[in-house]
Amino acid sequence: MAFDKMELRDVEVWDGNFAAAQAMRQVQIDVVAAYPITPSTPIVEGYAKFLADGYVEGEFVMVESEHAAMSGCIGASAAGGRVATATSSQGFALMVETLYQASGMRLPIILNVVNRALAAPLNVNGDHSDMYLGRDSGWIQLDAYSPQEAYDLNFIAFRVAEDHDVRLPCMVHQDGFMTSHTAQGVNTLTDDQAYGFVGDFKPMNDMLDFDHPVTHGVQTEEDWHFEHKARQHNDLMTKVLPKVQAAFDDFEALTGRKYNIVESYDMDDADVAVICMGTSVETAREVAKEMRTQGIKAGVVGLRVFRPFPFEQIKEALKGAKAIATLDRSSPNGAPGALFNEIAGTLYNTESRALLSGYVYGLGGRDLTKQHLVDLYTELQANVDAGKVTTPLQQFIGVRGPKLAFL
Amino acid sequence: MSEIKKIKNLKEFSTSADRFEGANLLCPGCAHSIIVREVLNATNDDLVLAASTGCLEVCTAVYPYTSWDASWIHIGFENGSTAVAGAEAMHKALKTKGRLKQPDRNPKFVAFGGDGASYDIGFQWISGCFERGHDMMYVVLDNEVYANTGGQRSSSTPIGSSATTSPAGRVSYGEKQNKKDMMAIMAAHGSPYVAQVSPNKWKDMVKKIQHGMSVEGPVFINAVSACTTEWKFAPEDTMAITDLATDSLVFPLYEIINGTELNITYRPKNVVPVEEYLAAQGRFKHLFKDEYKYLIKEWQERVDAKWDYLQRREEARV
Ligand SMILES: Cc1ncc(C[n+]2csc(CCOP(=O)(O)OP(=O)(O)O)c2C)c(N)n1
Ligand code: SF4
Repeated sequence: MAFDKMELRDVEVWDGNFAAAQAMRQVQIDVVAAYPITPSTPIVEGYAKFLADGYVEGEFVMVESEHAAMSGCIGASAAGGRVATATSSQGFALMVETLYQASGMRLPIILNVVNRALAAPLNVNGDHSDMYLGRDSGWIQLDAYSPQEAYDLNFIAFRVAEDHDVRLPCMVHQDGFMTSHTAQGVNTLTDDQAYGFVGDFKPMNDMLDFDHPVTHGVQTEEDWHFEHKARQHNDLMTKVLPKVQAAFDDFEALTGRKYNIVESYDMDDADVAVICMGTSVETAREVAKEMRTQGIKAGVVGLRVFRPFPFEQIKEALKGAKAIATLDRSSPNGAPGALFNEIAGTLYNTESRALLSGYVYGLGGRDLTKQHLVDLYTELQANVDAGKVTTPLQQFIGVRGPKLAFL
Repeated sequence: MSEIKKIKNLKEFSTSADRFEGANLLCPGCAHSIIVREVLNATNDDLVLAASTGCLEVCTAVYPYTSWDASWIHIGFENGSTAVAGAEAMHKALKTKGRLKQPDRNPKFVAFGGDGASYDIGFQWISGCFERGHDMMYVVLDNEVYANTGGQRSSSTPIGSSATTSPAGRVSYGEKQNKKDMMAIMAAHGSPYVAQVSPNKWKDMVKKIQHGMSVEGPVFINAVSACTTEWKFAPEDTMAITDLATDSLVFPLYEIINGTELNITYRPKNVVPVEEYLAAQGRFKHLFKDEYKYLIKEWQERVDAKWDYLQRREEARV
């Protein structure tokens, strides 16, 4: 190989963006087509610098928009090589059309999404509004809570997406600024370990195999469209989670770091549980620990895989809880929170009939404090004691002005 | 560089390499299919093709069938150019890394788009590809209308044409804007080669396609594509209408090399009045009412002025 290996210390101090860029270098992407947007920009800048310094070989196509970035990734992926890019917020929104096109063509593209609010009003900080735009797009969505996880989940993403039984694109999410710009100790893999874990890219139906020409992106109407979409959905629902689990297991064997499709914390005997994503998972764990010293049996469920939605694992994790709160970090805009709906749908037919309430928090990067969570757990305990939901179904945490509560 | 294909006569040309099947759903008489065959038949090179959403795409890759016997991709309405640019980047990357399955092959990357896909919605993507200098060819199938969606105007629709979103009516003569000059715009990108072609002048077409494929960098080809459905003429008249288009100089055939050197490549022996071109198509029928006759005169003046301009640029070499 013509590029130079990079010597890494066992533990490096990286922020989430740089961790993702390092993972992209280590798996030796063939083509990156990208367009900058805060807070994900440093990922592709990092990649460009690795290229400039000779630590990676490939083509970096600096296109004129995010729509073109994913379009270029699609063309490159269909040509038969390893492809990745990164985006946030408005860039993600501009990509949405192409996200469906990538997954419908079964192209294993990796997209690092550094979550950020959607305008208007314009806001560069982290919330999950953008990622929900992608939830029906047929992509696998993994969620990292820290720079370490942003690094590790990239390897999982490539491994699963490029598996010939899967062949679906995959996003790795991390929280804007909170993860992307916060430097922490990151346990590293050597270049050989990392590349070895993901393996060589194995093309399938690639456009550069001139003896076997392929037609990508066909037209289907009512006679075939349903079959294509149903098959894609079937593969998401039945094939992906076992592959993710297998990749987690192998990753644990390699690194000792254990990941779960649903991350349960103190859920074995929890009466009250919070379910959330991103950096708030760690905050919630801290608070749950404290609540237990006050006699409240608190637990936390973190989603590690948001798509495909891990119904069984969530049911299992929540089966003993009496009162559950969903924490949605996106503007519900006229409905209960997205996560609330998904959890409600998942639990509806379970026997426990836990009391469920939805909370909206942290829009546009607003902090979620420990005190917010203390109050929330206290409310959940009150629900348990009363045997019913005593609070409104939907509440906004920490918003100024009159208290917003609905339903 | 690979060898340039030698083509002796039309019979041989029209029956050579069949990478675009006659089996497709394009209207009888659609010039899109003739142009595509001419482009593909001009070369023996391996091809990586893209099409934008539009008549060509919806009529040639309807699952489980395909009319394409070469690698082909369709993403969306606007990004055919970038699809091919991405594939070209991947080819480069795999070449550098020594991972090409067939390193001895020298593929060409070609994107096709309708005028709507190219002049309008996909303009930004094409501009980006050309600015970045991808080694690719972009071919516009210029039928001056959104045909696939039933005849809405595009920024290529000529003034006075009746389109469904700029219809002629009791108080309107139809489209009010002049056709966008994409040739000039694309030449201004510094493209090594920009050419306007027409399927009736097949030798000129072959020469230009072969030239375009032999240069490195982004090449722009604007192909006049008569649409029987939207221009409203009988399917068997495609070539006759196309002859009128080139011979009236409504579609002058020329090329621009490196953004500056302009060559006129076809000079009709007998220039046909524009009126004849307009009269042959239903989309201009209303212009022959007394109150709109002045528009036909203006049409002729515009075409004359453009021809004059092209000749002066050719002479001036700027
Ligand atoms: C983003 C988007 N907007 C609109 C459309 C609808 N649409 C599909 S094809 C088309 C017109 C195609 O016209 P043109 O590019 O001129 O090609 P033609 O069909 O005339 O060959 C339109 C408007 C679409 N597919 N995607
Ligand atoms: S509508 Fe026009 S462009 Fe479309 S297939 Fe028919 S003739 Fe061709």
